[in-house]
Amino acid sequence: MSDSDIVQDFLAESYENLDRLDRELVGLEKNPHDRDALGSVFRTIHTIKGTCGFLGFNKLEKVAHVGENLLTRLRDGQLTLNPELTTALLGMVDAVRQMLKEIQATGQDGAIDYPELRETLTRLQQVEASAVKPAESPVHQEAPPPAPEEVMAPAKSEDIALSPAPVAEKPARKKAPKAATLQATQRGMGGPSAEPKHGDIAAPQQSVEARTHDKAAETIRVGVNLLDKLMTQVGELVLARNQLLQISNTVEDASLQAVSQRLNLIATELQEEVMKTRMQPIGNIWSQFPRTVRDVALGCGKEVGIEMEGKETELDKTIIEAIKDPLTHLVRNSVDHGIELPEVREKAGKDRSGRLILRAFHESGQVNIEISDDGAGLNGERIRKKAVERGVITAEQAARMTEREMFNLIFLPGFSTAEKVTNVSGRGVGMDVVKTNVEKIGGTVDVRSTMGQGTTVRVKIPLTLAIIPALVVTCGGDRYAIPQVSLLELVRLEADEVAKGIELVHGAPVYRLRGRLLPLVYLNRELRLAPDVNPATGNNGAVNIVVLQADERQFGLVVDQINDTEEIVVKPLRKQLKTVKTFAGSSIMGDGKVALILDVLGLAQRASVVTETRDRAMTEKAPEAAGTAGEKQTFLLFAGPGDSRMAIPLSTLARLEEFPVAQVEMSGTQWVTQYRGQILPLIRLNVAMEERRNRLRTPQALPALDSGPIQVLVLNHEGRSFGLVVERILDIIEDRADVRSAATRASVLYSVVIADRVTELLDIPAILRSAEVIATRPHLATRSAEVAN
Amino acid sequence: MAQTSQFCTFYLDKLLFGVELKGVQEVIRSLDMTKVPLAPAVVSGLINLRGQIVTAVDLRRRLELEPRPSGMLAMNVVVRSDDGAVSLLVDEIGDVVEVEETTFESPPETLRGSVRTMILGIHKLNDRLMHVLDIEKACQMTEVAETPVTSR
Repeated sequence: MSDSDIVQDFLAESYENLDRLDRELVGLEKNPHDRDALGSVFRTIHTIKGTCGFLGFNKLEKVAHVGENLLTRLRDGQLTLNPELTTALLGMVDAVRQMLKEIQATGQDGAIDYPELRETLTRLQQVEASAVKPAESPVHQEAPPPAPEEVMAPAKSEDIALSPAPVAEKPARKKAPKAATLQATQRGMGGPSAEPKHGDIAAPQQSVEARTHDKAAETIRVGVNLLDKLMTQVGELVLARNQLLQISNTVEDASLQAVSQRLNLIATELQEEVMKTRMQPIGNIWSQFPRTVRDVALGCGKEVGIEMEGKETELDKTIIEAIKDPLTHLVRNSVDHGIELPEVREKAGKDRSGRLILRAFHESGQVNIEISDDGAGLNGERIRKKAVERGVITAEQAARMTEREMFNLIFLPGFSTAEKVTNVSGRGVGMDVVKTNVEKIGGTVDVRSTMGQGTTVRVKIPLTLAIIPALVVTCGGDRYAIPQVSLLELVRLEADEVAKGIELVHGAPVYRLRGRLLPLVYLNRELRLAPDVNPATGNNGAVNIVVLQADERQFGLVVDQINDTEEIVVKPLRKQLKTVKTFAGSSIMGDGKVALILDVLGLAQRASVVTETRDRAMTEKAPEAAGTAGEKQTFLLFAGPGDSRMAIPLSTLARLEEFPVAQVEMSGTQWVTQYRGQILPLIRLNVAMEERRNRLRTPQALPALDSGPIQVLVLNHEGRSFGLVVERILDIIEDRADVRSAATRASVLYSVVIADRVTELLDIPAILRSAEVIATRPHLATRSAEVAN
Repeated sequence: MAQTSQFCTFYLDKLLFGVELKGVQEVIRSLDMTKVPLAPAVVSGLINLRGQIVTAVDLRRRLELEPRPSGMLAMNVVVRSDDGAVSLLVDEIGDVVEVEETTFESPPETLRGSVRTMILGIHKLNDRLMHVLDIEKACQMTEVAETPVTSR
C-alpha cells in the first residue's frame, strides 16, 4: 500500500467520521450526559489526531488536539455540554473538514492552523473546568453503573492535576507511538489516561468494540462505476435470456427448456440483487439535517426539534444525490421562514420549540418525502396579492384560484428571487430551483399549509432512475420511449373522426379533449423525420395521440404507432449528444436495438408548448367553481334532490357516464364502480345533501337490481376522480348567470338564474367533504414497484 | 534502436489513416444503428455494443470528405475517448503497422481548416502516407446541434 493510498483511506474514513460527529454533537446538546456518545465523539477525534500525527499533518493534529482536550473533560464529566461548547466543537469539526479538503486537493494540510479556534477551545476548557467543578458530582450520579464511577475517579484526579497546564500534556501525547495510540483508541471509552486502572471493565467494552469491528468487516467499499458495469452486464444477460426463452419455446427439447427456465430464474434474481446494491437509505442524507437545523435555528434565534420517520426508506443512489440539495433547501426554509420565534410561538399557544418532521415512505412505486413544520403556515391571501402585484398572474386568474393552487405559486420563478416577496409571503428563496431539480428526476413537489398550524411540502420521486416504466412508440420507423411519469392518456382517432376531431387555430392543430383544447405536436415534424404531412392523414388515416404533461401544461404528441409499455434501462447520452435537448437518454430494447428516450419537457419547449417562464401554466388552471359575473359560462343542468334544478360549470366535468346497476359495488359503506381501470367512488347526490343526522339512518345498501341504469357525472377534483350519481341530467346551457343569491342549504355555492329559472350551483369541494370520499388516485407508474422489489 | 509505435490503420475515401493501437478497443463489422434526430450531422447514430450504448461518428463527415457512397457498409473502429467508447465509422480496415519515430512529420502547412486540428501528423510508409488521427479531437463535437426551429 503506497503512502497516497493510506492518505486516501484516511480521508475517506475521516469524512465519514466527521459526518457522524456532527450528528452526535447535536444529539449530545440535547442529552449532554449520554456517555456512549461522548465516548464515541472522543474516540473519533482521537483517531483523527493519532493518524494525522503519523502521516505528518501537524496543523491538523494541533487543532484535533485541543478539541480532544476539551472532549476529555466532557467525557470525564468535568464539563457539561452547553450550546457554546457545542458551537466551538462544531467549529473544530468544520476546521478539520476544511483541512481534510486541503489535504485532498494539495496533499498538505494548508497554511492556516486556526489560532483563534484553538484559543477558544483552550479557554473554554479552562474557564469551565473551574466553574463547573463543584457541580460535577450530580453529573456523576446520573451515570448508572457504579463500577465505572469508582474506576473513573482516579482518572479524573489525574486529569485535573493536568488541567492547569494542558500544554504540558501535548508533547507527551505527541510522542506516543502510533501503535499505542491505535490500541488505546480501540479500547474505547476508557481512553488512554484511564486505561491502566480499569482493566476489569475494559474487557467487556473491548468485546463490544470487537463486535462492531466484525460487522464492519462484513461490508466492503465498492466503486459505483463497478456497480454500474454490473448493472449493464445484468441488463445484457436479461436480453440474452429473453432471446433464449423465445428460441426454447419453438424447439421441442425438454432439457433445453429446463435449462432456460433455470437461467430465467437466476437472471431475474440476479437483476433484483444488483438493483439493490445501488439502493441507499434516505437516512444517509437526512443524517446531516440535525446539524443544518441547529445552525439555522441558532442563527435566527429559534428553537427547533427535528424528527425523522422512515429513515430506512431506500432510493437509488443517483436519486439520493439529486434530491440532497433540494431537501436541504426545504429544511432550511422551514426553519428559517416556517417556524416562528419562540416568543411568537408562546403567544400563539404553541411550544416554544418548533417541530420539524421529515417523513419518507413508499407509495405506488414512488417515494414520498414530506417536510412538515408546525410553524406559521402560508398566507394564501398575501401570496395572491403579491403574485398579482408582481404580474405573475392576473387578478382574474388569482380570483379563480383555489388556496392550494395559490400555495403552489411559491414555486414560480418570479416569486422566489425577490427578497421583499419572500419576507412577506413567508418563504420562497429558490423554491423554483427546488421544483426544477425535483422535476428533472421525474418527481413532483406539492405544498399544503394551514394558517397558524404549519406547512407540509411533499416531494414525490421515482424509486430509481436506472429502470423506468415507459411507453414505446414508433415514429418514422424508429422506436422512442416516453417515460410514464409524463404520460396522461392515449387517444386514438379513427380515420373518419380525424377530420372533425383535429381543428386548426391559425394553423396550429388542436384537439378537443373533454371540452379543452389540447395543442398537438407531431413527433415526426419536431424530429424532422419526414417531410411535413397533412395533419389529417398518415397511418391509414387514424391518428394516435399521446397526451403528455410537461410542466403543468398538457399537449398531445402525435405518433405513427403506439407499441407497448416496457420497463427500460436508462443509459445517459454521451457528450456528443448532450446538446440535443429532445432526448433524455437511450435504452436497449428487447431485440437488442437502441431506442432513444424522449425528454418530454425538452420536446415541449422545442415545440413551444411550454415557454421558459411558465406563464402559461397558469392559464391551464380552469375556473374551479364559477367565473366572474358577466362572463358567459356553460353549465350542466341536472335534477337535484327535492325536484330542484342544480348545475355545475361544464369545465369541472370530466365525463358523463351511465352505469348499469349491476356494476355498482360496495366498498365499506361507499358505492363504487370499476371505471377505466380504477375504482371510482360514487357519491349519491340525494344522500350527500341530506342532513347528516338523517343520512346515518339511510341504509347504505346497493341499488335494487331491477332499477334502471344510474346517471353519473365523472368529476376530477384535486387530482381525484369521483362519480356523482344524479337523478336525471337535464341540459347543457350557456348563460351569463349573473343574477345570484346566497345559498339556502349546505353543499350549494349560491343560487343563480340560468335560462330564466332559479338553479342551485353545486359546491363540489363541499359535497366531497360531506361524503368523506376516500378516492383512489389514478396511477400510471405502479409497475415500477415490481422492479424495485 | 529508435522507438516504434503500433497503429491501427483504415481507409477513408482511399486515404490511409491510423490511430494508435493502444487507444483502440475493438474493430467490428457494421452493426444495426439507431439514428438520432436533431443530432449533429457527424453523429451517424447509436449502436449497442454488448449492452454499452456507443455513439457512432461518421469520420468521412468529420474530416469533411466526400459522403460514403450508398451501399458501402461502414466498419466500426471502437476507440476509447475521455468520454467513454466512441465508434468511428470507416470505409475499410487496413493492417496494424509498426512505425518508427523517424518517419513522422508534422502536417504540411498547406493543410488548413478544422481537419488540421484532427491530424497529428504524417508517417511516411514505404508505399504511401499514413495520416495520424487525434482520437480526442475526432470524437469532440465542436459543431453544435442544428439550431432548433420552432414549429410555428
